[in-house]
Amino acid sequence: MTGMAENPLDLLPELLILAGAVAGLLVGLFVPRGRQRVVAWICGTALAASMTAGAVAMTGQDVMAFESFAVDLATNATRLAVAGASLLIVVLAAGWARGDSRETEVYVLVLLSALGTIVLAGASDLLVFVAAYLLASIPAYALAGFAKDAHGTEAALKYYLMGAFLGVLMLAGVTLTYGLAGTTAYRSLAGAPPAAAGCAVLLLLAGVLFKVGAVPAHFWVPDVTEGSSPVVAAFVTTVPKIGAFVGLFRLATEVFGGTWRPVVALIAVATMTLGNLAAFYQDNVRRLLAYSTISQAGYLLLPVVVAGRSDLAQPALLFYVAAYAITNAGAFAVVVAVGRDSPAGYTGLSRRSPLLALALVVCLLGLVGTPPTAVFAGKLLVFAAAWDGGYAWLAVIAVINTVASVFYYLRWILPLFRPGGVPAEIRPVASRIAELAAALSVLLGLASGALLALYSPF
Amino acid sequence: MIFLPLLAAALLALPRLGTRAVLSIWIAAAALDLALVVVMWAGYDGGIAYETRLRWIPSLGAGFHVGVDGLSLPLIAMTALLFLACAIYSWRETERVRSYAALFLFLQTVSIGLFAALDLLLFFVFFDLSIVGMYFVIVGWGHGDRARSALKFFLYTFLGSLVLLLGFIGLFLAGGTFDMVELIRTPPAASALVLPAIGVGLAVKTPTVPVHTWLPPAHTDAPAAGSAILAGVLLKMGTYGFARIAMPMLPEAWRAYAWMIIVVGVVSVLYGALVALAQENLKRLIAYTSVNHMGYIVLALGAAGLAAGDPRARELAVSGAVTQMVSHGLITGALFLLTGVLWDRARAYDLGRFGGIAAGAPVFTALTAVAAFASLGLPGLSGFIAEFQIFTGVIGAGAVLAGALSIAGILITAALLLRVLHRAFLGPPGELTGRMIEARPSEVAAVAPLLLLSLVIGIMPRWLLDLIEPAAAALVSLVSR
Repeated sequence: MTGMAENPLDLLPELLILAGAVAGLLVGLFVPRGRQRVVAWICGTALAASMTAGAVAMTGQDVMAFESFAVDLATNATRLAVAGASLLIVVLAAGWARGDSRETEVYVLVLLSALGTIVLAGASDLLVFVAAYLLASIPAYALAGFAKDAHGTEAALKYYLMGAFLGVLMLAGVTLTYGLAGTTAYRSLAGAPPAAAGCAVLLLLAGVLFKVGAVPAHFWVPDVTEGSSPVVAAFVTTVPKIGAFVGLFRLATEVFGGTWRPVVALIAVATMTLGNLAAFYQDNVRRLLAYSTISQAGYLLLPVVVAGRSDLAQPALLFYVAAYAITNAGAFAVVVAVGRDSPAGYTGLSRRSPLLALALVVCLLGLVGTPPTAVFAGKLLVFAAAWDGGYAWLAVIAVINTVASVFYYLRWILPLFRPGGVPAEIRPVASRIAELAAALSVLLGLASGALLALYSPF
Repeated sequence: MIFLPLLAAALLALPRLGTRAVLSIWIAAAALDLALVVVMWAGYDGGIAYETRLRWIPSLGAGFHVGVDGLSLPLIAMTALLFLACAIYSWRETERVRSYAALFLFLQTVSIGLFAALDLLLFFVFFDLSIVGMYFVIVGWGHGDRARSALKFFLYTFLGSLVLLLGFIGLFLAGGTFDMVELIRTPPAASALVLPAIGVGLAVKTPTVPVHTWLPPAHTDAPAAGSAILAGVLLKMGTYGFARIAMPMLPEAWRAYAWMIIVVGVVSVLYGALVALAQENLKRLIAYTSVNHMGYIVLALGAAGLAAGDPRARELAVSGAVTQMVSHGLITGALFLLTGVLWDRARAYDLGRFGGIAAGAPVFTALTAVAAFASLGLPGLSGFIAEFQIFTGVIGAGAVLAGALSIAGILITAALLLRVLHRAFLGPPGELTGRMIEARPSEVAAVAPLLLLSLVIGIMPRWLLDLIEPAAAALVSLVSR
């Protein structure tokens, strides 16, 4: 942090998203139902503008805006990743929500949740963190129950109750921290008394673990993924994770002491193992993807474990989250495009639509971590960081888990190449998004060198 | 040269190409690639040649760094030839030819890239992609219980590759770079766990006992050309990795573990041969002889780590190991293509159901006989040169007992291959013999050059050994540091 500033332009990417959401909502109020597509354009433009602003900000200096929001490399990377992933989701949603009486609301809720996610990543004050948590969560609850059917309502309720409960725990953690240290700004917190601070850290962790969908706060993930519509599932398993992990990393480096490392390591092991084991025999591809995102959250906890101990930890985390977001969004886009929930529903896709099948293979193998996709580079960095930080055993467990995960991804890939079984109508926009995401995933993997050069702590 | 096959594969994506056109493009690309390798060989004059270095992930010290030397050039040449043979062999393939050809071209890029890689990360990328490519070959065009075999293949080798990746990360953290040339120049003081990790990773791919169990089902259920590539090229990735990465980068550890490696080699030799003896299924039998032949290579490389041994003998062992890699690729490739002929006609590999094939199909029989004799190490064929060097080297380096035990392996393989010839090709006709018609021209054209080259190496090996020996000597001096 090179300086303090109170310049609202430091928050330009966030303001652009906010402006997009507000403008979208207002326009949506006055436009007839059949022409609400224009709101998608407004929201998409806002996200694109926000990405541009974020990219520009990347070239600037690190600053601390309003003494509570850090604008640095991690925040900028999050801005790009969140806005990019949300843009993909908005395009996906535009096909799904068209003609719905609440079409506008979808885009606006996505934007607001994305905004909360970015703030989560940049927050440098516990109160800002809590506000961001709520902003990121509440629109997502509404999205989960959007369809108003039984599954969607159940999903939304479960999501909401879990989020509210863990959010309250987190607030208790904030209160405890404030009571101990008399402040909520990260930079002043480092010297709090250790015993009570341990308790506060655990309480703070509760909320973050909910957002990232890690054990033991993972129960909402499969239900929301299966119960709400695929587009919403793609959003809630992808975007909030980006910000939550970066926020967690920031907490881990700036606030937590050192004693939490083994705790987070154990959570990481439990998360990846449980996610993988539960995914093994899922016969619904959305539940399969849900458990896969849980296991991915486990890998993503590795750099958090070694935060501050290895120079590789931060680039590893930032790169992995972005890579994961694109790849996961791509896999969900295929689900949206095909509209089938059982792996058998994908039989013969390789003949019916070879490009889409290829995109799915790339995304799934990408989630496994096969080179040269982006997640491979992410995994490589994560393993290296864990080893470098003195947690080689954790890297070994992650490797074993990776191999186990191959099994269920292949269970989905196999039917693609079986003859017969023509899938239902394939949605063209979603297919393009899936193909784009797959291509991006490979490109990002190949260009990992150029990107990592930006993260230059080496 | 590495990416030429991939370009050809991209060309196949053009619409409206007929089956014949696709196959012609495939053969032309493979032939052109082989021609380029020959040109490279002719222009090669020692050291690391044709080096190319591009930046990829500079912050990790990883780049697109490729080049060839006496260790990799013979393997690249063998790879290019074998892929050409597979292309010619597949001339009659009709099922989804376009993706089949594209997959093989992809595999060719990956294999040649792997042997040329001078960067650990690049090596790993190709290593992993080879698994993906072969998985789809088995799933898409195999037979029998192919999905299960392919899954087993993928899970095992992928586990191996990830352990290997951990080992590479260990090397990187100790040495600060992924660049092989740098790491070889100054071997990093890596922790004691790095060599076991790399060793296990490569051993799965090689495969040695006890991590060979994925191999027989994968071989049995893969299409003939797939088995040929799997045995001929992909298995070499493991042994090549030992020679290229494990030995020069971790010389101390290699010397410390030398006896263990020798024991694994000897066990693989004997176990592979004995289990092969018990097989009724011809393709499984050949698969197990691969375990046996790979055992010789591991044994030789292990013996090269015996610091007390005579350096000349150790050089001989390494040179034999490299020759064996080339020779095994040619011979086993040919054998698997020939079993593909059996499957094509009779849909079976059971030895007991054939008999007296020689009467109806003399050319096919002659080719199989030559391949079998080459495989058992008959003088005059390449297998003999390789095995002679290995045994002389191993015994000269001080592992007398191991050498003696492994020679017993040769006896067993000789017995079992002669038994195959006896049961399937001579004697009274079996129930499926009637379906055996003579080998087709495309099949002969695919197999004959492989055996011919084996014969050429067997009779005048000088041109090959001149290339391998300096590299072997360099490797031994590196491992003695």
